[in-house]
Amino acid sequence: MLKIRDLKARVVDGPEILKGIDLDVKAGEIHALMGPNGSGKSTLSRVLAGHPDYEVTGGTVEFEVDREPQNLLAMEAHERACAGVFLAFQYPVEVAGVSNTVFLRAAFNAICKAQGAAPIDAFDFRELLAEKLELIGMDASYLERPVNLDFSGGEKKRNEILQMAVLAPRLAILDETDSGLDVDSLRIVSEGVKKLSTPDNATLMITHYQRMLQHITPDIVHVLMDGRIVKTGDHTLAEAVETRGYDWVREAA
Amino acid sequence: MDAIADRPKTYKYGFVTDVETEKFPKGLSEEVVRAISARKNEPDFLLEFRLNAFRWWKEQEPPRWAHVEFPPIDFQDIHYYAAPKSMEDAPQSLDDVDPELLRTFDRLGIPLHEREQLADVAVDAVFDSVSVGTTHQDILAEMGVIFCSFSEAAQKHPELIKKYLGTVVPPRDNFYAALNSAVFSDGSFVFVPKGVQCPIDLSTYFRINASKTGQFERTLIVCEEGASVSYVEGCTAPVRDENQLHAAIVELVALDDASIKYSTVQNWYGGDEQGRGGIYNFVVKRGRCEGARSKISWTQVEAGSAITWKYPSVILKGDDSVGEFYSVALTNNRMQADTGTKMVHIGKNTSSTIISKGISCDQSKNSYRGLVKVTPGASGARNYSQCDSMLVGDGCEANTFPYLEIHNQGAVIEHEATTSRISDEQLFYLQSRGLDSEAAISLLVNGFCKEVFRTLPLEFSVEAVKLLEMKLEDSVG
Repeated sequence: MLKIRDLKARVVDGPEILKGIDLDVKAGEIHALMGPNGSGKSTLSRVLAGHPDYEVTGGTVEFEVDREPQNLLAMEAHERACAGVFLAFQYPVEVAGVSNTVFLRAAFNAICKAQGAAPIDAFDFRELLAEKLELIGMDASYLERPVNLDFSGGEKKRNEILQMAVLAPRLAILDETDSGLDVDSLRIVSEGVKKLSTPDNATLMITHYQRMLQHITPDIVHVLMDGRIVKTGDHTLAEAVETRGYDWVREAA
Repeated sequence: MDAIADRPKTYKYGFVTDVETEKFPKGLSEEVVRAISARKNEPDFLLEFRLNAFRWWKEQEPPRWAHVEFPPIDFQDIHYYAAPKSMEDAPQSLDDVDPELLRTFDRLGIPLHEREQLADVAVDAVFDSVSVGTTHQDILAEMGVIFCSFSEAAQKHPELIKKYLGTVVPPRDNFYAALNSAVFSDGSFVFVPKGVQCPIDLSTYFRINASKTGQFERTLIVCEEGASVSYVEGCTAPVRDENQLHAAIVELVALDDASIKYSTVQNWYGGDEQGRGGIYNFVVKRGRCEGARSKISWTQVEAGSAITWKYPSVILKGDDSVGEFYSVALTNNRMQADTGTKMVHIGKNTSSTIISKGISCDQSKNSYRGLVKVTPGASGARNYSQCDSMLVGDGCEANTFPYLEIHNQGAVIEHEATTSRISDEQLFYLQSRGLDSEAAISLLVNGFCKEVFRTLPLEFSVEAVKLLEMKLEDSVG
């Protein structure tokens, strides 16, 4: 589904942060990408989503759309979203004046339109929302509030998962979704992510700690250091990192 | 040709109509005032009204207190009257009107021909200093509603003009009010008699075409007891590299239980990126809730003009009367706006609502200035004000100048203000959910302005949203 080869990127006019990433993600897989602060985890997620502050200086990213590999880097941010890439933000942005429902429906219909499907009317959309809320165990109080405005840290992260549930991406990238969550929120968010995982989609969890991985067992774990993936293994790698620290990986690599 | 060759792409109304124009020589004098009155064949009281205003104006200095900057205006370098030659003989019906003028309004989206007229809106089309035509007049006449150009009203209904003209904005109210009172050319007159609910929206479309010419229109709307009307004005002008003065007066009078809703979608040419050209929009708009339980509601979407300087106001004289002001002011390039409202509470249990949304982009300056005044006798007065500013980019400026003069202890006054910014991060967030930049901006602006947009008549609300999106795309994109 996703094939990254020798990807190099930097903040526009800044020093190189990604120094040659290779990564393959297949449908049905859950990947975890771990790494110390400053290793380039968030940069990778933002480069994949098409953030304008970053500049790709080398390498390729292929993303399968209708089983055809497409050059993801040539697409604009909204085209990537319409192709099925979703980024759950580390710091979700507040949007005053726009209710969650209005926002979600606008996004849902934009994606429908790009994929050649008919837009959904307000009534049917309510039903869809109710279904998704139930699936991930959230209450309806989020829906009429302005997007993320005055939400607590935990509410913002949950709201990201709600968006993910509604927009049903094929590749979900979760950027430090576990940071800033209390124990209950972490459980709710993790359960949601697990339920949304199907044989047709894939999840890339970016995290500093192992917290979320106690709830979701990844198929493949990567350790990113200084802009490169230095170690890849199964879920036991995450446990090893947790107990032995990143220095151990550095020495072993 | 004084139109700029590389006219901004976002201003699609920037064309010039090629018609032969009769202009009075530049400059203002008692002779010019008399000549305007004579050209319109006005009754004597109107000439006196003009001369009285002119004599006072001559002695005054232009006010400079607004938070806007512009070089002194040379009032002797302006034509005070311009009209297409074909209008000289006062065409009796639309069939006699110069097709070039009708085509102009077609291009502006305001078809005047009977078969293409907008079905649910009656339109008075004003071109420079004269009204070209007014649609749907017969249907309105059946209900006793008068809707015609001001010049026509001066001929056919002088008693009404005499009774109400200058009662809300006296000729000596201020410098620009006096100037307008001396030289006003055309505009619209609306009279809705007792108990009549005007069945369709009334609309005036103002078009400046001639160069080096000021437009000084005058609008007067009167609703008798229990009557109501919804009125909309729209305005555009060609792209020119000179500044043109537009100094209008709008007066509204609402008697007992009457209701007037006045909406403006202002899109005068605002100048180019360097701030060259554009209209100086210096307007006095005021309504008087004369009767008990009357209501006056202003909605304005100000998206054009090099400088916008106006405060649509309500004098709440009748007991239990209601005043409302809903405003969206968008400035881009080097535009400047100093706009807001005045709510003057006089009667008992009067209430007013002020919702102002300012959006500043590029190098523009956008100020809200508003006065809430509660006189000693206005017991039970209530006001709610909300002034929100949105900044797009780093070079712009947003200000809020609220004034409160409360002389009654029982008044309940609430004021809220916020400032926000459309950030790149916000746009990226929306884009990462599948919305292109156009849809993302539209969502943000609609969210910011929705309290104001929902007060506009539906078709104008759609227009207003499109207009703002178009202007913002340039600044954000």
